[in-house]
Amino acid sequence: MMATLYTTLIVLLLATGSFFVFLGGFSLVKLSTFFHRIHGPTKASTLGVGCILLASVAYHTVYGSGLHPRELLIAVFVFMTAPVSAHLMSLAALSLMEGRPDDPSHTMDPEGHIRDDADERAEREAREAVEGRDDG
Amino acid sequence: MAILAAMVVVGSAMLFSLWRLIRGPSAPDRILALDTLYVNTVAQLVLFGMLLDSSTYFEIVLIIAMLGFFGTVVLSKYVIRRDIVE
Repeated sequence: MMATLYTTLIVLLLATGSFFVFLGGFSLVKLSTFFHRIHGPTKASTLGVGCILLASVAYHTVYGSGLHPRELLIAVFVFMTAPVSAHLMSLAALSLMEGRPDDPSHTMDPEGHIRDDADERAEREAREAVEGRDDG
Repeated sequence: MAILAAMVVVGSAMLFSLWRLIRGPSAPDRILALDTLYVNTVAQLVLFGMLLDSSTYFEIVLIIAMLGFFGTVVLSKYVIRRDIVE
C-alpha cells in the first residue's frame, strides 16, 4: 500500500517536471521575440527541474541508498541563480535594442528589433576612434 | 519506465533549445538557449542517476549547474559592456 503511494507520488512529480521542462523548451521555439521567449525557460523550466529533483530525492530515499541532501542543494542553487541570470540576459538584450531612451520611465516596445551586428559596430566604432585620433 | 519517458521528454526540450541556439537571430537569444540547455542537462543527468540508481551524478550535476550560471553571467556581461574584466 505504502509502496504504491510512493510510486504514484514519484510518477506524478516526474510527469509534472518533464511537462514543465518541455513547455520551457517549446516556448523557446514557438514564441516570436526575445522578451516573450525569456519567460518560458526561466520560469517553467525552473519549476520543472525543481519537480524532477524532488522526485529524485523521493526515489533515492525510498528505493536507493538513503536521503542525499546534495540534491536539495542543487535545487536551492537552481532556484537562486535562475532569476539572476534571467535579469542579466534581459539587460543584455536591452543594451542591444535600437533607439533606447535615457528616460527609464519610458517602456520599451517588446517587439522592438534587437541588433545582431553588435561585433561589427564595436569594431567600426573602435576603428573610427583610432582614425579620428590620427587626424587630430 | 516513467523515468525513461521523462528522459525522452526532457531530451526533446534539449533539442528545442539546441535549435534556438543554432538559429537564434541575436546574441541574447543564443545566451538564453545555452542557459536553457544547461538547466535541461541538470534535469537529464538527475533522471539518468535515478535510472542507474547511483548517487555518483550529483556532484557532476552541481558542477554543471554552477558553471552554467557563471557562463551565463559572463556572456551577458560581455554583451552589455563588450568587456569581461573591468
